[in-house]
Amino acid sequence: MTIPVSWFLVLAAVLFGVGAFGVLTRRSALIMFMCIELMLNAVNLTFVTFARTMSDIGGQTTVFFIMVVAAAEVTVGLGIVVAVFRRRSSTSVDELSELQG
Amino acid sequence: MNTVTIPSIHYLTILPVLLYFGAALVLLITSALWRRTVPMLFSTSVTVLTSVAVLVTTYFQWRGLDHAGASTTVAHAVVLDGFSVVASAVIAVSVGLAALVAHDWAVRENVRGPEYQILAMAASAGALLMTQANDLIVIFLGLEILSLGLYVLVALDRRKTESAEASLKYFVLGGFASAIFIYGAALLYGATGSTNLSTISYFLGSNVVLRPGLLVAGGALLLIGFAFKVAAVPFHMWSPDVYEGAPTPVTGFMASIVKVGAFAALVRVLISGLGTQLDTWRPILWVLVVLTTVVGAALALPQRNAKRLLAYSSINHAGFILIGVWAGTARGSAALLFYLMTYAPTVVATFAVLTVMGGLGDERHSLESYRGLARRQPWLGAALAVLLLSQLGAPLTAGFYAKYSVLAAAVDAGGSLLALIALLSAAIAASFYLRWTVVLYAEPDDELDAVRVVVPRATAIVIGAGVVLTLLFGVWPGPLVTLAQHATVYFLP
Repeated sequence: MTIPVSWFLVLAAVLFGVGAFGVLTRRSALIMFMCIELMLNAVNLTFVTFARTMSDIGGQTTVFFIMVVAAAEVTVGLGIVVAVFRRRSSTSVDELSELQG
Repeated sequence: MNTVTIPSIHYLTILPVLLYFGAALVLLITSALWRRTVPMLFSTSVTVLTSVAVLVTTYFQWRGLDHAGASTTVAHAVVLDGFSVVASAVIAVSVGLAALVAHDWAVRENVRGPEYQILAMAASAGALLMTQANDLIVIFLGLEILSLGLYVLVALDRRKTESAEASLKYFVLGGFASAIFIYGAALLYGATGSTNLSTISYFLGSNVVLRPGLLVAGGALLLIGFAFKVAAVPFHMWSPDVYEGAPTPVTGFMASIVKVGAFAALVRVLISGLGTQLDTWRPILWVLVVLTTVVGAALALPQRNAKRLLAYSSINHAGFILIGVWAGTARGSAALLFYLMTYAPTVVATFAVLTVMGGLGDERHSLESYRGLARRQPWLGAALAVLLLSQLGAPLTAGFYAKYSVLAAAVDAGGSLLALIALLSAAIAASFYLRWTVVLYAEPDDELDAVRVVVPRATAIVIGAGVVLTLLFGVWPGPLVTLAQHATVYFLP
């Protein structure tokens, strides 16, 4: 069975869209982090798909870079959430009231 | 026996990045092994000396360019050209100056520790990598190294709730922007078959693109990612909150470093990578410039907090710097470089004044607390007045020639209307800079509120250096202009 390349790309685009939608609409900082991770994984899928179609190793190695960056981002992000949670006992961004945009 | 060939590395090219990153690691390990807290003087000295070392390195890189011209290394992922060398030098100067301000701030607030210096140097390594990157992935790595350091720096003041909240806000929007950026890189990779800017440029120059949709979407997403990072309207929402919530010396640091790093990378992506698609990205950038300059200036008007006001003012400046990118010419890039060279020290010195004015607790940032400052402390008041007038673009300050050169480059590239709109926004911006300057020289109405602030020695040096540079290059811009022009001559195509 063969699967057209476009399916992978569309799936990645949909995942990316779901992630972006989540970041913009959800109000819990933790869910927002998860949505950013989803976006990054959608990017990984896109890179791998293109790398396979072009038989180019570059796109696949890029995925490792993105994974490392995503892990580092989560480490820092959770640290910040803990710092905020200690003061507020909540991770909802609606309650971040000290600063008004 | 099988062998693996690794790409050759020209160490002088990546020496600035290695110096900052190495110094950050050394300081981190030292502070872990030291029985007590590392003395502040030690950690600050490490940062300042490393910055000097980076500055010296850029001098040797510049000399090397005269003989060998621009070159790439590490499998064409990192580039050494005039543009990267000058941008690196600007970053080194800003990091050194900001470290001195942060030192005095930490002593005053009694948050002794090497954290600021370690994170600032690590972030600077990322910014330097962005100025030298010739590959979308390297730009992404530089961007992330810069941003991750900054997220923590913004949250540095653990006694204040605003600091952590600003950091969370910055983190969520920054992570969102990074994800958008790298998705753009992925689509561009799909359209052109490479993430290397030179290869992309070559591919686009010698092929008819069959899937322009992928290319345009990729480019647009990259642009959105950059717009978030430099706080261009409509992607600027985070900037006033983060500027306000972050400790003031950190605000000065990020206002200068992020702009230099992000704009250097943006120029490289758009002009060196997507230069053949000039007609596609220019209209988008046109709209971005108009929105950024006008909205930045207009929203600054009602602000009553000095840090928020400067945040909107920096949005206005980002719009002006974008004009240099929009021009898409060597002249535009030279003007952009000149703008960054003069803006970075000015903004670091401005936030140095704000740091001392903030007083213990870093809280007195309302414009009212500046009333009569020049009467109580004539030198400090005059210094702030000069720095504000330079940001306004008053003649005889460096800001004047910076604004003039980007606008001239825009007119040269056929953007008279754009230059006119930007000029109008500068007129709006002038009103709040002037209002602030007038407040400095106004009669203080409440004697009780009029406290004299202490200006520590290192901060005084930074403010003095900022004012001297501003005035010197305002009266005598020739050498810097020549430097910027030479730097773009060496620009790697």
